[in-house]
Amino acid sequence: MSYRATPVADDAPEKITVTGLDFFYGDFHALTDITVGIKEKAVTAFIGPSGCGKSTFLRCFNRMNDLIPGTRAEGTITLDGQDIYAAGVDPVDLRRRIGMIFQQPNPFPMSIYDNVAFGPRLQGIKKAELDEIVQTSLERANLWKETKDILGRNGLALSGGQQQRLCIARVLAVEPEVMLMDEPCSAIDPTSVQKIEDLMDELKDRITIIIVTHNMQQAARVSDFTAFFLQELAGEAAVLVEYDRTPNIFTSPKDRRTEDYITGRFG
Amino acid sequence: MNKNTANGIALALLWIAAILTVVVLGTVILYVFVNGIGQLSPEFIFTWPEGVAAEGGIWPTIVSTLYVTALAMIIVTPIAILAAVYLAEYAVQGRLVSTIRFAADSLASVPSIVMGLFGLALFVEAAGIGFSMLSAALALSFLMLPIVMRTTEEAIRSVPKYIRWGSYGLGATKWQVVSRSVLPASMPRIITGIILATGRAVGETAVVIYTMGQAINMPITPFDSGRPMTVHLYLLAMEGINLPAAYGTALLLMIMILAFNLGARYFLRRNRKV
Amino acid sequence: MPSLPSMPSENSNLQLVSRATHLKEIALKNLFLLCAFVAVAGVLLIFGFVGFRGWPAFAEVGPWSFLAGTEWNPTDGVYGILPLIWGTVVVMLGALVIGTPLAVGTAVFLSEIATPRVRGIVRPAVELLAGIPSVIYGFFGLIILRPIIANFTDGLGFGAITAWFILAIMIVPTIATLSEDALRSIPPGIREASYAMGATTWQTIYKVLIPAAKIGIIDAIILGMGRAIGETMAVLMVVGNAPVFPESIAAPIATLTTQIVMDMPYAAGMHRTALFGMAIVLFLASMGLVALVRLISRFQTSIEAGR
Repeated sequence: MSYRATPVADDAPEKITVTGLDFFYGDFHALTDITVGIKEKAVTAFIGPSGCGKSTFLRCFNRMNDLIPGTRAEGTITLDGQDIYAAGVDPVDLRRRIGMIFQQPNPFPMSIYDNVAFGPRLQGIKKAELDEIVQTSLERANLWKETKDILGRNGLALSGGQQQRLCIARVLAVEPEVMLMDEPCSAIDPTSVQKIEDLMDELKDRITIIIVTHNMQQAARVSDFTAFFLQELAGEAAVLVEYDRTPNIFTSPKDRRTEDYITGRFG
Repeated sequence: MNKNTANGIALALLWIAAILTVVVLGTVILYVFVNGIGQLSPEFIFTWPEGVAAEGGIWPTIVSTLYVTALAMIIVTPIAILAAVYLAEYAVQGRLVSTIRFAADSLASVPSIVMGLFGLALFVEAAGIGFSMLSAALALSFLMLPIVMRTTEEAIRSVPKYIRWGSYGLGATKWQVVSRSVLPASMPRIITGIILATGRAVGETAVVIYTMGQAINMPITPFDSGRPMTVHLYLLAMEGINLPAAYGTALLLMIMILAFNLGARYFLRRNRKV
Repeated sequence: MPSLPSMPSENSNLQLVSRATHLKEIALKNLFLLCAFVAVAGVLLIFGFVGFRGWPAFAEVGPWSFLAGTEWNPTDGVYGILPLIWGTVVVMLGALVIGTPLAVGTAVFLSEIATPRVRGIVRPAVELLAGIPSVIYGFFGLIILRPIIANFTDGLGFGAITAWFILAIMIVPTIATLSEDALRSIPPGIREASYAMGATTWQTIYKVLIPAAKIGIIDAIILGMGRAIGETMAVLMVVGNAPVFPESIAAPIATLTTQIVMDMPYAAGMHRTALFGMAIVLFLASMGLVALVRLISRFQTSIEAGR
């Protein structure tokens, strides 16, 4: 496997710090006692068998779980040292700062331009600045060349991989500090996967990226740090088994369960 | 009887049921068309009735019908859409929601004559609006409300959750998610629902007869009375004075209804394609 | 446990929910709730106003002599609506007997037999049938159907039988579309299982699919019943409008709805009150049918939950 060439410094600051997080869907205890620090301007991958709660965990960072009635989080998650679950914190503002890409590309049924301009418009940015924001965002998402002449076309008319990059451009347009990616490549073709992985590499100079993936090769290719999650018994809460620099996880895991998973003995 | 014979007979009967349904529709439409087409002329459409309101044209009744329908649509659309937004996006299942749904279902099944008497009692008499476009439009809007509410709610619910997530993920407030992502995405189906409900209002008789009045009049303000096409047709048919005019009115009414229905279909089909 | 050096970075503060945003969202939610409540208000207003105007009919005529009185003679101050209730029930039942097989047959055809192409013709036809105004059905019945019936029955053709046919056509769309929805919501696996056991199409339909969609079809028929009870103009134009117990199905008859339209133009005083009283009866009947559908579905859910 190939790993990232330029390692992130050990003393790089933590962008997000999770301490003793427990998460519940009603009576179901989904995650227990998760403690992890996400490094700034690095790519962190969450891996684990399906149903192990890694997507649930990801959705705690921008409080998307708030949208599901009956869910509750205990423990703390801090962004730049501030508790995002503290009373009065505006999840709407939080989500502006922590963008999210979903498994299924989800462009809005409107033009490419309007898709990218959607976020800035929410914040009341005026027409005059929008053109530039749209162009910059599409350029950063490596989609400008393909779309500059068809900005008025419906976003749904693009191919699956282009749609996903459009969604990335749409998130970049609001200048997030963190980008959460929930299995962003599982619904698109391999060529497009390559483009998105390259894009992540370019983007991590400016933003912190957390990616959930079930593809271990992908985790190894794109990430600086990897966290392995596991739900050991059905119905039990998932735990964070091991968290380390990616090469360490894949070459010298400290935990037996990680090793079993990496070597394909289960999951 | 052999099971294949039984199968054949049964399937033949089902075919007959379906064909009969189509034939009945075709007969009604064709009959009105054949008898009414000779009557249709610019004079018939655009002039006033003469004599005992049975000769001449039907222009004021067309205007009354379109006036009251447009007014009802304007009244009902915002309320029905926002009500559907509440049911689909905000409401938590519980007693409140089931009460609202029961009320909407009941409203949808209220006989139109009851709605007519209700409009008479409340808007015409108690509220003192009198026989008018406004009274009729208000009564009609209660009739249209459950239809538009239901189609809008279904339209909103059919918007994929991924669209909502995308919008929330960009830092949209709930209202922004609804107004900028969900409603635009469901707009074709919402508009279809409004068109269908409007078609229903055009064809309504028993509600408007007690709220708009029956006198031929050209409505200018919402407080003017009038006689809609349906009531005109009813009076012409029952009095039997001028059957050709009745056919002509029926055909025009039918053309309007068909236009609304086919228009809604066409609109939906065109917008389904991306 | 993972332990990596921690050092928070410097960045802008998390924003708290602003009071303005909070209030705006709450206000919007309540506005929407208010709009949704218009439906409830509508039902209450109808009940209140029609009830207020019609109540004296029950109070002064007496509920028994009003509902079960066998004579409707407003000129002499006799307000018994039993003949009208009878007329309503006769017309409704006849229409159901004719219309239900046609409607359920069409529904089964649409969901089980029609190719997409044929369905593309029949389904819109059924929907258009629902869109045609009742006054046009009435007109059609008056001009076309009435003379035909008259030929067969040696009468004028005004009577329950003419109303049956017209009303049957009118309830077909209601029953057919709802029944089709019920049939289509049956999981396809059930059909395949039946065919795999060697059942013919018809056997699959009447032994498997119709029982499985039974509740939905019953609901559809109940709602069709509501439509038949409340229908006014079409019935009015063909039943002959005599508020009596008819001697035959071809003799003039009147229903609650038609009598209201016939009498409204000149009714005054207690006569008018009695008409509103009849509207109360119609309103309660239609709401009762809606409630019945709800009860049935609740009953079904509890059975399924108990299984």
